[in-house]
Amino acid sequence: MRLIVPLQAVVQGRGGLVLGSLIPCALFYLLQLYLRRNRPSSSSSPPTSSASASDLVELATIPRSLSRGLLSPRGAGGPARLSSRGVAVARDDDNPYYVGLKRCPEDPYHPSSNPRGFLQLGLAENLLTLDLIRDWLVSNWKESLLLDEEEEFSIRGLATYQPYDGLMELKMAIAEFMGQIMQESVLFNPSQIVLTGGATPAVEILSFCLADPGNAFLVPSPYYPGWDRDIKWRTGIELIPVPCRSTNNFSISIASLERAYNQAKKRGVKVRAVLVSNPSNPVGNLIDRDKLYDLLEFVSEKNIHLISDEIFAGSIYGSDKFVSVAEIVDAESFDRSRVHIVYGLSKDLSVPGFRVGVIYSYNEIVLAAASKLARFSSISAPTQRLLVSMLSDRKFISEYLIINRDRLQNMHALFVDGLKQLGIKCASSSGGLYCWADMSKFIQSYSEKGELKLWEKLLNVAKINVTPGSSCHCIEHGWFRCCFTTLEEKDIPIVIERIRRITESNLVS
Amino acid sequence: MGIHHVDEINSSCLLLSRVATNDGHGENSSYFDGWKAYDSNPFHPTRNPEGVIQMGLAEHQLCLGTMQEWIRKNPKASICTEEGLSQFKDIANFQDYHGLPQFRKAIAKFMGKVRGGRAEFDADRVVMSGGATGAQETLAFCLANPGEAFLIPTPYYPAFDRDFRWRTGVQLLPIHCHSINNFKITETALMTAYRRALKSNIKVKGILVTNPSNPLGTTMDRATLRTLARFANENNIHLICDEIFGGTVFDGPEFASISTVLEDDPRLNRDLFHIAYSLSKDLGVPGFRVGIIYSYNDAVVSCARKMSSFGLVSTQTQHLLAAMLGDDEFTTKLLAESRRQLSRRHAVFTSGLERVGIRCLESNAGLFFWMNLKHLLKAATVEAELELWRVIIHKVKLNISPGSAFHCSEPGWFRVCFANMDDGTMEVALRRIRAFVYEANERGTTSAQTTKNKKRFDRTLRLSLPRRFDHDLMTTMTPRLMSPHSPLVKAAN
Repeated sequence: MRLIVPLQAVVQGRGGLVLGSLIPCALFYLLQLYLRRNRPSSSSSPPTSSASASDLVELATIPRSLSRGLLSPRGAGGPARLSSRGVAVARDDDNPYYVGLKRCPEDPYHPSSNPRGFLQLGLAENLLTLDLIRDWLVSNWKESLLLDEEEEFSIRGLATYQPYDGLMELKMAIAEFMGQIMQESVLFNPSQIVLTGGATPAVEILSFCLADPGNAFLVPSPYYPGWDRDIKWRTGIELIPVPCRSTNNFSISIASLERAYNQAKKRGVKVRAVLVSNPSNPVGNLIDRDKLYDLLEFVSEKNIHLISDEIFAGSIYGSDKFVSVAEIVDAESFDRSRVHIVYGLSKDLSVPGFRVGVIYSYNEIVLAAASKLARFSSISAPTQRLLVSMLSDRKFISEYLIINRDRLQNMHALFVDGLKQLGIKCASSSGGLYCWADMSKFIQSYSEKGELKLWEKLLNVAKINVTPGSSCHCIEHGWFRCCFTTLEEKDIPIVIERIRRITESNLVS
Repeated sequence: MGIHHVDEINSSCLLLSRVATNDGHGENSSYFDGWKAYDSNPFHPTRNPEGVIQMGLAEHQLCLGTMQEWIRKNPKASICTEEGLSQFKDIANFQDYHGLPQFRKAIAKFMGKVRGGRAEFDADRVVMSGGATGAQETLAFCLANPGEAFLIPTPYYPAFDRDFRWRTGVQLLPIHCHSINNFKITETALMTAYRRALKSNIKVKGILVTNPSNPLGTTMDRATLRTLARFANENNIHLICDEIFGGTVFDGPEFASISTVLEDDPRLNRDLFHIAYSLSKDLGVPGFRVGIIYSYNDAVVSCARKMSSFGLVSTQTQHLLAAMLGDDEFTTKLLAESRRQLSRRHAVFTSGLERVGIRCLESNAGLFFWMNLKHLLKAATVEAELELWRVIIHKVKLNISPGSAFHCSEPGWFRVCFANMDDGTMEVALRRIRAFVYEANERGTTSAQTTKNKKRFDRTLRLSLPRRFDHDLMTTMTPRLMSPHSPLVKAAN
């Protein structure tokens, strides 16, 4: 991918299409010859011990399209082969986003028992209001279960097969919850909801419905690193980052979208949707009403879809009001069948372990297909029952949302202030569980390499896991996403102090 | 607000994917037509005694009482009780795709128990998925590229066509089995299927078998399993064993799992062997959505584990099951009770049917039996089978599943599920079958009657044969989602 873009630039304008395709092909072919020559010879009998993942990776670096010609169909002997998809997934471990996530649980910080442990600022998880949920369960546990006439726990209704796309009662409860979050500016229709086991399968299922392998989505960057897995892995869809810049606080630029669309077209790639997150992950800013309108106009003009991931809609701490794309669709006369919303309870309700995701679509065919696809990722029945009870308690939910907002506001202010004292400015943000911090003046060389060096120091020396902008496809270097909702107030000075030690030694004069 | 309909969409030419618009979902198969008939007229002992009895859903409801008792005695296991709440914080926001360690250990232990302790399972190889449905799909994604194929013995569970092929693009090619040897897989049939694939330039990546078999209800004998394992080993292809009914073996011979074959023969390349499992059948908890992939291949474990993000089991459920399956006394009791109930049910049904001259394939496992109605067919054709099936749905009012939906090479076989109803309903079902057979015998053949009925009922039941995956059709929208609706829940309400 990195090779092709500069090549295009070189050959553009001079028989560009021909040279632009011949040169990469030639290079590719030469690469295959090189790899084939250097491929380790496979043993004649299958090894008795299981082949390690790295062996398999090495052998499978030859792309599938060419391997059919190189390998005989009988394929006897040699280690067992995974699919090319399987190989790509098995080896996908190098992204700093995941490396950091893995290190922290191995040596987690604890104020008294492990004060030198890792502080996890790379996972957008909200622990600030978990106590409220626990308290609700304590006082309502009887109601939260399916009880029969004798007030005994009844498994019969829970154990048996349920509709794969979720219980209607839960769809209704979630539709109401989503309305509550958006301050009743939108009325959500439960029959336009498909429930899935988490927002991860929700976005994958939606992708499977909207595009074929080889098609692409335009994604304003920086964007959530998880999409590179959730969307690209099994669907075969390409994600084309459309860079946003700090000069306008990383707002989406329709002109950039237009440019990216045309570039894709020139390459022969069909763009099928624009995928945005609102509130943005990782920046935390909101897409305002006008911009949403412009986006809808853009996708209508190009006859493509708009997917809006609004999973942080209930985590607003700023003064700006959150506007869902659903609000615009309701008010204006756009073709609704191209609008789809992804949601989930992992962020706003702090229950990622329960695995609850939502696809909200105005397109009947998409809903029909998604509800059938939901069979691969349904929500466990006992969990659905529990959530129906909890979400139906409107009083509790209202109180919860207010307290959650206050605590978010508080933590955000403290954290951003702390960073300010170190000379680190954050992008202006109103929502999410994190802030987007500019540490560019602390990286030695203004490049991705420099940024990763700083990230490594923060991880290995300061033992803080933050997410580097390069994992999020940010075109500017030195930006880091720092989640503050996994911390307690008293942890903030410790975090700031640890960062200070790194920044002081790293200050570029 | 509102949903846009087909015409408006077509007119705006808004493109959707092939997955969204083809019929890879398989809900046009005759397997589901019966469910539709049941949904529109479900049997209820008091409110609708003339309704259709659901015998097309393989659900195990005979042991829910035992489980209920355990839950009542162990409130700590449910985090929604006062006793269980202390663990809530750790459970509610735990989303690691490795799963709770105690859950994985409990699953590994239970799997070993189901196999009578003849095999040991490593908790680190236990990977979660969204039900067995998700397990099959994930394995297909891990092991095969689009266009490549897995061989599968017929007859087989119809939903494999969807679960294994729909989003993955992988093909399923049949290994034909016949009643003459009780549908056992022969080496000849295996070789024939394999060679046919090679001749058509289709790359075979593996074999998929269900053991105990759905729909046959038989356990695979050790010799056949060893043949399959050796074949896979020699040709360097994978073997996926769906052992979802492993705990429903109620009679001899003993359940031979692929895990025991691997332990017996260390020369086999373990990288080729994978087990798909679930608690939906053995424990009767399909609503919990617990699917398990157990692979002996490290790379597959790693790959499947990452893909499990698409189908993780709710931690609340993991916590409950970790406690339940970790209770040795309980699992022993449950498995014994399950076997006892299944054996009894099976005996009542098969002896009842034998009395009216209906033979079933001799079976020792599963939640169903494979019934032979060849002698009632007008002709030995699929059309005749479906004609008879329509009569059974509409006249006898039993939803059973026709063999053609399972890709059976011989017409006249039907799968009948017996574990999803209470004793009363079972009696009604048997009575209806007896009445139907007497009537059929009296008239000689059923043809005269069925032609008349066909004209009246054909409107509601489409003749639909399972379609191949590679049709790029715009599907007519199925008005109702084909989710199985449990009849006992309906009856209880």
